Order: sequence, then C-alpha cells, then structure tokens
Amino acid sequence: MVKHVDAIIVGAGWAGSIMAKELTEAGLSVVMLERGAERTTPVEGAYPESIDELRGAIRKRLFQNLSQSTLTIRNTMDQTALPYRQLAAFLPGEGVGGAGLHWSGVHFRVAPEDLRLRSAIIERYGEKFIPEGMNLQDYGVSYDELEPFFDKAEKVFGTAGEAYKVQGKIVGDGNVFSPDRSDNFPLPAMKDTFSASVFRDAAKNAGYHPYSLPAANASRQYTNTYGCQMGPCNFCGYCSGYDCYLYSKASPNVNILPVLRQDPRFSLIPNAHVLRVDLDSTKTKATGVTYLDTKTRKETSLSADLIILGAFQFHNVHLMLMSGIGKPYDPVSNTGTVGRNFVYQTITSSRVWLPPSTYTNQFVGAGGAGVAIDDFNSMNFDHGPLGFVGGSPVWVNQAGVKPIAAALGAGGGGTPRWGSAYKDSLVNTYKHSLGIDAHGSNMAYRDVYLDLDPTWKDAYGQPLLRMTFTWKDNDIRMNQYVVSKIEPIARAMGATKMNLVHLNAGQPFDTRTYQTTHLGGGAIMGENPQTSAINRYLQSWDVSNVFVIGSNAFPQGMGYNPTGMVAALAYWAAHHIRATYLKSPGPLVKA
Amino acid sequence: MKKTLFIAVILGAGLTRSAAAQEADTATLEKGRYLAAASDCAACHSVHGKPEYSGGVSFSLPMGKIYSTNITPDPEHGIGRYTEAQFSRAVREGVRRDGSTLYPAMPFPSYARMTDSDIHALFVYFRKGVPAASVATPDNEIKWPLSMRWPLTFWRWIFAPTPHKAITRTAGEFTDPQLARGAYLVEGPAHCGACHSPRAITMQEKALTADGGSLYLSGGAVVDGWTPPSLRQENRTGLGRWREEDIVAFLKTGRAETGSVFGSMTSAVLHGTQKLTNEDLRAIAHYLKSLQAADQSQTAWTYDPTITDQLHKADLSSRGARVYIDRCAACHRTDGKGYPAVFPPLAGNPVVMQTDPVSLVHIIQAGATLPAMTAAPSSFTMPAFNHKLTDQQIADVVTFIRHAWGNNASPVSAEEVEQFSKSMPPSDMADDTPALN
Repeated sequence: MVKHVDAIIVGAGWAGSIMAKELTEAGLSVVMLERGAERTTPVEGAYPESIDELRGAIRKRLFQNLSQSTLTIRNTMDQTALPYRQLAAFLPGEGVGGAGLHWSGVHFRVAPEDLRLRSAIIERYGEKFIPEGMNLQDYGVSYDELEPFFDKAEKVFGTAGEAYKVQGKIVGDGNVFSPDRSDNFPLPAMKDTFSASVFRDAAKNAGYHPYSLPAANASRQYTNTYGCQMGPCNFCGYCSGYDCYLYSKASPNVNILPVLRQDPRFSLIPNAHVLRVDLDSTKTKATGVTYLDTKTRKETSLSADLIILGAFQFHNVHLMLMSGIGKPYDPVSNTGTVGRNFVYQTITSSRVWLPPSTYTNQFVGAGGAGVAIDDFNSMNFDHGPLGFVGGSPVWVNQAGVKPIAAALGAGGGGTPRWGSAYKDSLVNTYKHSLGIDAHGSNMAYRDVYLDLDPTWKDAYGQPLLRMTFTWKDNDIRMNQYVVSKIEPIARAMGATKMNLVHLNAGQPFDTRTYQTTHLGGGAIMGENPQTSAINRYLQSWDVSNVFVIGSNAFPQGMGYNPTGMVAALAYWAAHHIRATYLKSPGPLVKA
Repeated sequence: MKKTLFIAVILGAGLTRSAAAQEADTATLEKGRYLAAASDCAACHSVHGKPEYSGGVSFSLPMGKIYSTNITPDPEHGIGRYTEAQFSRAVREGVRRDGSTLYPAMPFPSYARMTDSDIHALFVYFRKGVPAASVATPDNEIKWPLSMRWPLTFWRWIFAPTPHKAITRTAGEFTDPQLARGAYLVEGPAHCGACHSPRAITMQEKALTADGGSLYLSGGAVVDGWTPPSLRQENRTGLGRWREEDIVAFLKTGRAETGSVFGSMTSAVLHGTQKLTNEDLRAIAHYLKSLQAADQSQTAWTYDPTITDQLHKADLSSRGARVYIDRCAACHRTDGKGYPAVFPPLAGNPVVMQTDPVSLVHIIQAGATLPAMTAAPSSFTMPAFNHKLTDQQIADVVTFIRHAWGNNASPVSAEEVEQFSKSMPPSDMADDTPALN
C-alpha cells in the first residue's frame, strides 16, 4: 500500500523548509525527502569539530557526493560532455539544510528592474539592444508583489543590515539604489571589517554609494518569528562551507527546522533520493514520488496531492526531465521549456595589497558581512554607450580566509610556491591584503541549457543531467567594464600592489576553479508557457499540482546572491498556494 | 409516535449525561497527565527508546544498583492490578501492593503532600491515559543482606510523614494563595528537595518543607555527577539575583537571562516543568523567592571589569585566561556575560560559584546539550572538552572562571579535575539522542 500525505517536499534546504513550514501551518501533513544525511547544528555543528578546515572546505563535508550522482559539462553544443567528478567551480549541498547550511549568508532582496529586465532594456534602449541569441525575459512578478515576502524572510533569517528607505522615508545610510521597504532589517548591520571600512571610505570619496551588505549573520542574539534562536556572529570566518557553531548564520537547520521537527504534521526522511515524480496517465497530474533509500537501495513510492520540488537548482530541472513534467528544451528548434535559460553568475575576485603598516587580518571575517557599491549593478548606470546588458555589484566581503586556503592561495604569479619567498608572500597576503569582487549577472542564451546526457548515468541508473555552458561576449564585456572601475578605488585605498582579475574575450567556462554556486534558471518562471516552465506562482504550467521552488526560476543570473530571492519566491508561492490553490486546486494562471 | 419521542428524549438525556461524564473523565485524565508532568514521573520511570513509563532507569546507590519500575497499566509488569487505594499508598507512603517498602529513591515523603483529588487524577491517568507496556523491570543488583527490604519499613516509619500530616503541614504554611500553590507544587509533586535539599547520613532529606528550616532546598549532594545548587536566596550561590521571570523562563524553556539548564535538571525541565502552566510556574518562582538564604554571610555579587579589561588589552597573564580566550570566549564573551538565553553568562552565575566545583568541571569535560523545548525550539550544544584540554588546562580555566568578573569561588587543582574525571557523566551526545535542532 502506498502511503498518502497531503504534500511531499523534495529537498530539505531553504526552499523546502519554508514550504514545509507554510504548508504545515495551513494544516497539511507534509513529508520532506532529503537525499543526504540528517544534519543538526547541536550535533554536527558543535565546536570545534565543525570548523575543521580539512574535513570542511577541503574534503567538502557538506557538499554533494559526486561518486553517486553528478552532471556532465561541456562548453558548446558541438562538444561531448564529461562528468563533473571533482567539486570545484560550484558546490551543491547535500544533507539536511542543503546549500542553505553551507552558504555564506549574503542576504539580498532584488533590484526591481532585474525582475523585468527585458521590458526595462526595451523601454530604455529598444529591442535591438538585446544581442542575437540572448533569451532575455521578465519574471512575471514585481518587486512590490514580493516585498512582503522579502520582509517575512528577513525576519525568519535574522538578517542584519542598514536600510535606506522604509515606507517612503529615508531612514539610514543604506543602499541608495535599493527599493522601498515596508520595515527595517530585524538586526543592525554587521560591523565593517577593517578592509571593508577602507573600501567604504575610498568608494565614497570616489562619488559612489557604499552600503553594508545585508547579512543573514546575526549581529546580535536573535529570536525569529518561529521562536528559533540565533547567537551573535563573532567574525570567526567559518561560514561558507560550514555549519555555524555559534548559530549565527541563518540556515534551515537553525531557523526553521527546530520548530518544524516539533510539528506532528511534519516528517523528514533523510537518505531518500527522489528518482521521479509519478504522474497519472494524462501526464497533467502528479500522484506522488518514488524515492530510493540510499542506505538500503530500496525503492518506495509515496502518494500526495501536492508535490513541491525544492531541491538544488539543477536537481529540480533533472527531476522534471526524469518525470516528464513539461516539454524538454530543444535549442535547435528553440522550443520546449525544461532546461531553457540555464544561467550562472560572473564573478571575478581581484586582490589588493595595502602597506605593511595596515592589517587586514584575512582570518577575520563573516560570510555575509562587507561593504558594496551598486553603482554598476542592474539598470543603475547607462548601458547605452557600453552596449551590454547586466551589471555587477562590487564589494569587499571579507568572509575569513582559513589557514589551508591561505597556504594554498599564496605564491604563484611570479612568486615561488615554496621557501622563504613563498612564506613571505603568504604572511604578507594574510595580514595585509584584501579581496574585491565583481559579482555580476549572467544572461541567458539560446545555446546555453540543460538536458539529459545521452551517455552517462548515475549510481542509480538514471541519465545524468548535461550542462552546456560557456561565457558569452556580453557578459565578458560587462565584467571587464566593472573591474576597470575597481582600479581607481583600490589606488585610493592605498594599494601597494594589485592583481585585478577579469574575464577575457573568448574565455571558456573552466570547471576546475571555484567561482560561485549561484546557478540559476533551467525551469524558469514567466508569463508565457512557451518560454517558461513554471508560472508566476512557480507552478508547473503542465502539471498543476507540482510547484518548483528555487533559483531554477530565475530567467537571468542577477548581480545579487540568490538566496534572498529564493526565500521570497518560496513565501510568495506558499502564500498563493494557501490563499488560492488549496481552496480550489488547479492552474493558478490559465495557460 | 409519542413512544418514539419519549425514547428519543430518554436517549437524549442519556447521551447528555454520558457526554458530561465523559467530559469530566477527560478533564480528570488531563489533570492526571499534568500532575504526572509536574511530578516528573518520566524522569525516573521512562527510558529513551522504550515505552513511556515502562521503567528500567537505574540508580546507583552505595549499596548497589536499583531499577525504577514499570508504572504502565500492564497487569503483569506494571500497576494494572493496583486499586486506587494501593496506588495512593505506593505514591504517598512508599508501600507496594505486596506490602513491602519502596526504596526512598521514590520521593514518597514529598508525594505524601499530594491531595486525594490529585492522587485520584494521577491514578486515572496512569490507568487510562498511558498505554500498557509488557516490559519487565530488571532485578535490583543489591546483595544480601542489604537486599532485604524490611529495614526500609523502619526507615519509612521514622522519616516519612503520613499523607495527612504532610498535607496539613504544607497547606498550613502560607495564607497567600500564590505562595501556598507554590509550596504545594515544590514540596509535593515536583519534589525539588529530593535533589536540592541536603540529606542526612540515613538518607532522609534534612527538611521537607519551607517551615522545616533553612536547610530545605539549600543545595544537595552530587547526583549523577552534578551538584544540585541551592534554590534559596543566597546572593552568590543561590537564586538571590534571579528574578521571578528568570525562574519562570528557566523552568518553561530551560534557558533564562541568568543561566541555562544542564546536567540532571535538563530532563526535569524537558519532561516536567516546561509542561506546567505559566501560573503554576509563577507560583513556584514566587515561593522560591520567599526562601531566605541559608548562608547569610555572602557579600552581594557585583560585576568586576578587571579581567575584562585585561582580556581586551590581550593581557593573558591570569591563570587560565589563555584557555578561556581560545575555548570559551567565543560564546561566553570576554566580559563573561555570554549572550543571555542563547549562551549563558558565567559572570555572577550561581552554578559557577558553588563551593563544590564538580558541576563546572563536568560540564567542561562532558559538554551539555540544551534540548529543544516546546516554547523554545532551538537546541544548543556546549562541546565536550575532555579530549581537548588537559586536567591542568581544565583546572586553570575553571579557576579563571571562578574568580573573574566578581566571582569569588575557590581555585581548582589538576588533581581534583583528574579525580572528577572518574565520575564524569556521559555526554548528552553519547546516546545519540539530543533533541534535534
């Protein structure tokens, strides 16, 4: 007999945990399936084992086990894709908390015009401004519609920041480009590290508009809207890649799951790798899911009225393709939607050395803290003469360089990798340098997409997902332009040496070095079922009792970190499920 | 037609009566459930992983090991064959159905204070609200001649009050209804004195009530490696600086601005006090605040910033300061104030200043996990340091904590730490069952 519940949620990360909380509040029985292991901060996050860098960032404790399932990657459609066998360029999470456990905590809202980028570009520069082959699209949802859900998420995450405008009134020294807010941040901004304060001064003197990064790292002890508690951050630097032993970095494990675990309507099954969403014979209704217990290799089917896909971005796309939800994207005919508009982000990290009398102490840091400027992000500057779409915030986000990373990063580029010169370089870089990032957008292109690999299979016999991705001229030129703006700021900061890094013309995507885990798209939201896989409520156009929550919904890669947007979209979708869908299940938007 | 109507009326009346009776039954059963929590029956009669109240918790006594019994309604192994009178006698007087005397690990001298109506509710709950579990109680491991129970009868005659005396005494202590309710709960079902009052050589609590003298709740002997602190108004080692709302928060959520629960008390909050109404918790707090200090000699604790200033200037010359900075300060801060209700303060914390440092040494050795509570779902872990710090380092840091920020307790030696490590309680992580976060 197949066990029946009201709702099944795939994935125990932010998206899944938010949906589980909302649906149990609505009175539904919810089973959450997580491919990886159970993870709880009082057990695994206990100090000091949790901040063992060798187990953590080097041996990738919290990340996906690629020996069981991975994806294949190629740059262009004429190449043969090969499996991504070692975690490097991006790091999907695995286990309860997902990427929400190992993230750093930068917690942005969204630049309103990024939600309607196609319309904004056409209004300002005309349709011809959009390069051939770029699938530029609007989200189909506005900032004003999402605002209450950004606010709700920040109060759950315990987000620290300084607002600029609240209910139309300028209230503080926040980001002048940021939109109006209904309320302030729940916690005051994180303090500037020394390096961030130097950047703040130099950027301000250059006429830019520096602001404190919004951080889901608690600047004070905090009890969130669910009664879950956070301790304050002490800038230990073990955020990205670690479960925060101070309970300061927001995670599903600290901020939502403690209260969910007490709810009798909720159950969580770890080590449950979902193989497919089961559909009825019409292929328009999901009946449940089938998952594999990764310990026993036993298959189990569960039935449910409502299915939420809340796995990592490309796993959501993979599950849709494996289940036959929606039409797979075909880049040749430019038809189908699942796999379309796969996007990433451009990120280049430059390094600046200050005089030996100043100490940046790179071991100090917090994943979400720092100072940024938005003067070259989104539509905040004139793209007309520049001829590209998109932009980048620029920031000093000193997240804490751990010892092994510092040692591995020293030397090279003309400096020996051993001996006293290496040691001098290591010490000098650790004590006196700082990083400045251009963390920018990445547009969608017709020949950049996800589909099923024709050759490679995972440990469970399913075809791997295939990623076809490389850098395109528009994004390379955008990155180069923004990085060119870093140099004068760095000089004003008193740089004695700088290593400015940007993408180069024709440079292909290289999977061997870490860039960012901010993958997006592939099952995007939109207003047209011909060009989007899910509607503006993140509901599948094709199977209306399936909602697909995550950065898979982003039509373009934006300049901001995605988690804040994912959380707001989850609350947005949940709101409409509760307010409308549950009363009358069916499509929330007529196709 | 008339007949049908008549029958319907009769049936209707019958239904109404039985519905009301049912409601009353449910109310009694729920009252019993509440009293079982207030009496913390689960702490001794429930083992994780076994049916609730099926017994089997072991108690290591000087003369050997005894096990708590199955108190589910199972007729063979439990109390299914107990009449209410027999149940009452066991709970309040320590006499089993077969007439033999219970070991006074069962706090019947406290339960003796429970009213007949409360005992009735408790009986109804244990008969109808708890599923029967056919789990046999392990045999006690006490060798003859100490295994003979008849001497316990004399103990009972000498030290255990009769229910009538006990009820009258506790009820007569206070006229203020809130204090009276607090006294009833603390001296009766909650049996706080079982751990928090000193015992004589013959094992009876030296006082069982507020009017029994200032030794009552003045701190007990080590239980499972933890020293129960005084619950009286000593300024430094008691609850002198805890406000009523701190006590309420502590009992409701296991955490307060003044400190967090750890050790054996964790289970008492988890299974017991967190389930009490705020009104009852306020009564308990109000009552505890009325108990004058047993030790009147303590000077008032005031915060002393000397050590904080030293640490802020990176002066680590004080004994244990370096260990404190490396291992403790991240959560408990250089000023020792912690982050209240998340990471407890060490400055001025009565547990830190207890004469006997064993609790402090043990929490550093074994760590502690504050479990999720209904009203505070977050769980926090203090890590175990027994494999990370030497006895000397633990002695140094304990000494540091005990004299920093205005604290004034005695130093601790490495030899003492080594000695304490033999009685180190198992880590909360040991059974893999910390409340999940």
